[in-house]
Amino acid sequence: MHRFANPTRFLRIAAAIQPWVIGITVILFGVGLYMSFFTSPPDYQQGETVRIMYVHVPAAWMGMFCYASLAIASAVSLIWKHPLADVAAKATAPTGAAFTFLSLVTGSLWGKPMWGTWWVWDARLTSMLILLFLYLGYMALQGAFDDRARGAKASAILALVGAVNLPIIKFSVTWWNSLHQGATVVTMDGPKMDASMLWPLLIMAFAFKGYYIWVLLVRMRQELTANKVRILRLKQAHGG
Amino acid sequence: MQEFLEMGGYGAYVWPSYGITALVMVILLIASVRSLSSTEATHKRLQTELGLDKEQKQETENSNGDEA
Repeated sequence: MHRFANPTRFLRIAAAIQPWVIGITVILFGVGLYMSFFTSPPDYQQGETVRIMYVHVPAAWMGMFCYASLAIASAVSLIWKHPLADVAAKATAPTGAAFTFLSLVTGSLWGKPMWGTWWVWDARLTSMLILLFLYLGYMALQGAFDDRARGAKASAILALVGAVNLPIIKFSVTWWNSLHQGATVVTMDGPKMDASMLWPLLIMAFAFKGYYIWVLLVRMRQELTANKVRILRLKQAHGG
Repeated sequence: MQEFLEMGGYGAYVWPSYGITALVMVILLIASVRSLSSTEATHKRLQTELGLDKEQKQETENSNGDEA
């Protein structure tokens, strides 16, 4: 594990795998979008609006996945002071916030024609909105301290406390009455969805994950370079 | 084609869903890449100003390159 702790080695590995990540992501998006529009059938109840699912569900999954990554990276950063964990957490937050925002907006665009409303204060929707606020709070807290280390620590604690929201989101449709439909893919009896819809959904989900890794690598490289710039600025201020 | 765009009468909901998803993801990606390029440019400029260009090779061999 500590082999990857070295930022210089990480930068080398990141540069080497980035073209593969980009290539795979682009191919997955190509195939996923083609299947979403051309090979998957309209739903017998929801008609063509079911196609919103192929962006809505991956965005929601990734919103939660990114938060889990954020919380794990924050824990590693707090406990082991791993030099890359904090960088990874910081690089994950904006992407996670973007995915969560997209799941709310596309959900709204799906809810209007199917439920007759853009928004309801029900458990699933509200807990997802809280997730978005957790991301925004995390990012705001990080920049709120003059001392970067203190900002990192405070935001890492917020990320950990906020993780309690993840099981609430997952089980919100089981614990409370909700307009939102229950789980159809990740269930004890396996997916309750026809393969013609499940495949495009899974491929789009992997495309979203590939995109996340792509942006993560770029943002981590930026963050590590910014650290070097800060050190050089200090050197410069002290006359080299 | 017309039929495809209409999405069974739900085109006004389906297309904006894909549109905003594409828009947000593209903007985030471009912003991240640009931020990386500008930080890398600053880093290079500072290295030249401080005459550290030659030290870069040592840095990659040094296990704690960042703190050096």
